[in-house]
Amino acid sequence: MWIAVLAASLGCYAEKLLGYLVPTSVLESRAFRQISGLMPVALLAALVAVQTFAAGMALTLDARVAALGVAIVALMLRAPFLVVVLLAGITAAGLRMLGWAT
Amino acid sequence: MAQRDTEVFDVLLRYGDSVPPVATSQTPGSDRRRIQGKAISIGIATGAYALSFGAISVSTGLTVWQTQTLSLFMFTGASQFAFVGIVGAGGGLVAAVLTAWLLGARNAMYAVSLAPRLDLRGWRRLVGAQSTIDESTAMALAHPEPESTSRYAFWATAAWIYLLWNLGTLVGALGAAAIGDPNDLGLDAATAAALLALLWPRLVDRSMWATALAAAAVAVVLTPVLQPGLPVLAAALVAVAAARISGRRETR
Repeated sequence: MWIAVLAASLGCYAEKLLGYLVPTSVLESRAFRQISGLMPVALLAALVAVQTFAAGMALTLDARVAALGVAIVALMLRAPFLVVVLLAGITAAGLRMLGWAT
Repeated sequence: MAQRDTEVFDVLLRYGDSVPPVATSQTPGSDRRRIQGKAISIGIATGAYALSFGAISVSTGLTVWQTQTLSLFMFTGASQFAFVGIVGAGGGLVAAVLTAWLLGARNAMYAVSLAPRLDLRGWRRLVGAQSTIDESTAMALAHPEPESTSRYAFWATAAWIYLLWNLGTLVGALGAAAIGDPNDLGLDAATAAALLALLWPRLVDRSMWATALAAAAVAVVLTPVLQPGLPVLAAALVAVAAARISGRRETR
């Protein structure tokens, strides 16, 4: 785990430094800008989906789906980040405690 | 140059990690106190993110020190959340590292835009690189004139965020470590919500929605056939495809 933590950290730092050291045509190209602008959207959306529906390699519908629904409503009401996260956690924990969902 | 700056700024305003409250109109002259106040408020907002990051990270099995290392040295929110999210979902460490790198690629683009403005040398460049994140870049580009003010906005924002991001991480991590078994607390759902909250401000137009929905669909469809972590990496290809499609549209 330590190796992964350090590799991921150093890599992300290197990316930042790279922009200062080599302002190459690659980094300035339109394609790179477009891809790096869309990359967070694609990866975060995929992460949300997996984090909500996947249990290992299986797909499930459990308390997390309801929690995500609550999070979406909170975001539409412009709730702050921490409130969104807490509401989702409380929703899932509550449903599990009541035995209504796993 | 100016053209590119506006473009980057535009991207930041719309898709930044926390959509900092940057001014779109600039008053001439250096208004450092106003910038300082804005930097503090952005710092406090990201500190709140960091609380949840620290708690989620420890709940997925990282130690307090590993969690803190991510905030100290990786210091880019989306990558950190993605890393612990994949680890927590039982994904491979390689997939977690690669996803963090892919999410961090945008910081290189920010650095290219900031480089001529900041004019960093020696050790300042090493520190400046670490300070290159969504919020500090947005603040620097929001106060373009004069250059000294732009630099001040960059450094002030980065300093407050670095301080409060790491403080928040520590408090969140220690808090979660003290609670003990976090599985009953719905932290898996909290992780999903945290990632969604990072995604939300970026969904500003139809192409972003299309990219997000396609990527989510790809990840879900591939979940039963690939090892955990890999479906998310596969979804990165959606970003490449979407960029090609929108690039083709613009050249027409």
